[in-house]
Amino acid sequence: MVRVEHVTKRFGKVVAVGDVSFIVPRGTTTVLIGPSGSGKSTVLRLVNALERLDAGRIVIDDVPLDPAARNVHFVRAETGMVFQHFHLFPHMTVLANVTLGPRVVRKRPRAPVEEEARALLARVGLADKADRYPRQLSGGEQQRVAIARALAMRPKVMLFDEPTSALDPEMIREVLDAMLDLARGGMTMIVASHEMGFAREVAHEVFFLDRGEVVESGPPADLFDRPRQQRTRDFLSKIL
Amino acid sequence: MDWIAHQLKLIGRIFVYLLPAVPETLKITIVAFTLALVLGVLIGIARTGSVRTARAAATVYVDVLRGIPLLVQIFFLYFGIGRLLNLSRFPSGVLAIGIGYSAYIGETVRAGIQAVPRGQWEAARSLGLSTPQCLRHVILPQAMRIVIPPVLNDFVACLKDSSLVSIIGLRELTRAGREYYSSTFSDFQTWTVVAILYLAMTLILTRVSGALERRLRQGEG
Repeated sequence: MVRVEHVTKRFGKVVAVGDVSFIVPRGTTTVLIGPSGSGKSTVLRLVNALERLDAGRIVIDDVPLDPAARNVHFVRAETGMVFQHFHLFPHMTVLANVTLGPRVVRKRPRAPVEEEARALLARVGLADKADRYPRQLSGGEQQRVAIARALAMRPKVMLFDEPTSALDPEMIREVLDAMLDLARGGMTMIVASHEMGFAREVAHEVFFLDRGEVVESGPPADLFDRPRQQRTRDFLSKIL
Repeated sequence: MDWIAHQLKLIGRIFVYLLPAVPETLKITIVAFTLALVLGVLIGIARTGSVRTARAAATVYVDVLRGIPLLVQIFFLYFGIGRLLNLSRFPSGVLAIGIGYSAYIGETVRAGIQAVPRGQWEAARSLGLSTPQCLRHVILPQAMRIVIPPVLNDFVACLKDSSLVSIIGLRELTRAGREYYSSTFSDFQTWTVVAILYLAMTLILTRVSGALERRLRQGEG
């Protein structure tokens, strides 16, 4: 379970996230929507401890997140992040990308880690690509490797920062399918994405953010079909 | 005809005399440059790191060393610090060149680290890697590929600058040339041979490094 409590993050004078609170129960998926600059990415980066909180608290499975702590990198290992632009390590094979975290951070021996990594790659449909380099893969394949890489750390929660926005249209489906499979498998997920179909299918709750605050939230059917706020209606009319 | 034959014989003799000094030049270059690489990587990391004191110290180090002629640094190390610590010629000369070059390599490494996209840091961090682990597994391997061409360039320059230590009496190629010339006064012939020997070394080096670069470029895309 992820609890985000009154979280605020400023960049200089700009309030990127202002007093945002929400709860993601274990095994559920929460989708964040909103225009660019609305703070969705910043929320994810705060949960991943890539940014420091200015105020508020984030608690993951009863452990408060403290990005100022000396061992913050261990905290980050508990959350898996998938980026818009994949950020695979270009100098490593697919298998090395997926095994890096468990080997270096968890200090686990190579053989079982590789076996697990191959199973994860098979799960995202890339069993035959283990020995390729990222540049030899399509965007959709790279993003699925990035998902496997994050999963290899056995995270308590998976964070997706616009995972399909950098992809060609014909590759979006394969990435969404991998995410659907995860969500249905009981992974706790927070997803910043405008993929309505995905949100309708698996999201328990959708949050509409604008200018760093939560404008409206609710189950996808309510938020998409019967938005209460004008700002939500305006935004939805632009992206649908 | 006689004159040409005589010249060729003389040049041949100079060649035989100078050739044994070539390994010494190579030894000075390799030892000094290895030292420069180790120090340079540390400087580059410090310059890009988040520890303020390390960053400031590295900046001062680079500024000072780049602002003083290498020849003066060699004098300073040999006659100044070397005397104090009782260092002989070889360690003094090698230290001076190694430290002098580490400033340039430090700057190259800094540029290489900064050329690795920020997303690579974030991806590595989000997996739970600590800063040293990020550097070792993700950032430095990519930065090294970026800096190999400029570092090879520095290596060639370092080979040529190794001639500067002749001034403190290290018997490398340039020093051997001076010895020969001052005992025979065959100035033109001697320096021609010295020049050809340096040129041969640097040409071999640039060809090897060119091939290395091409191989590395094939390995990525």
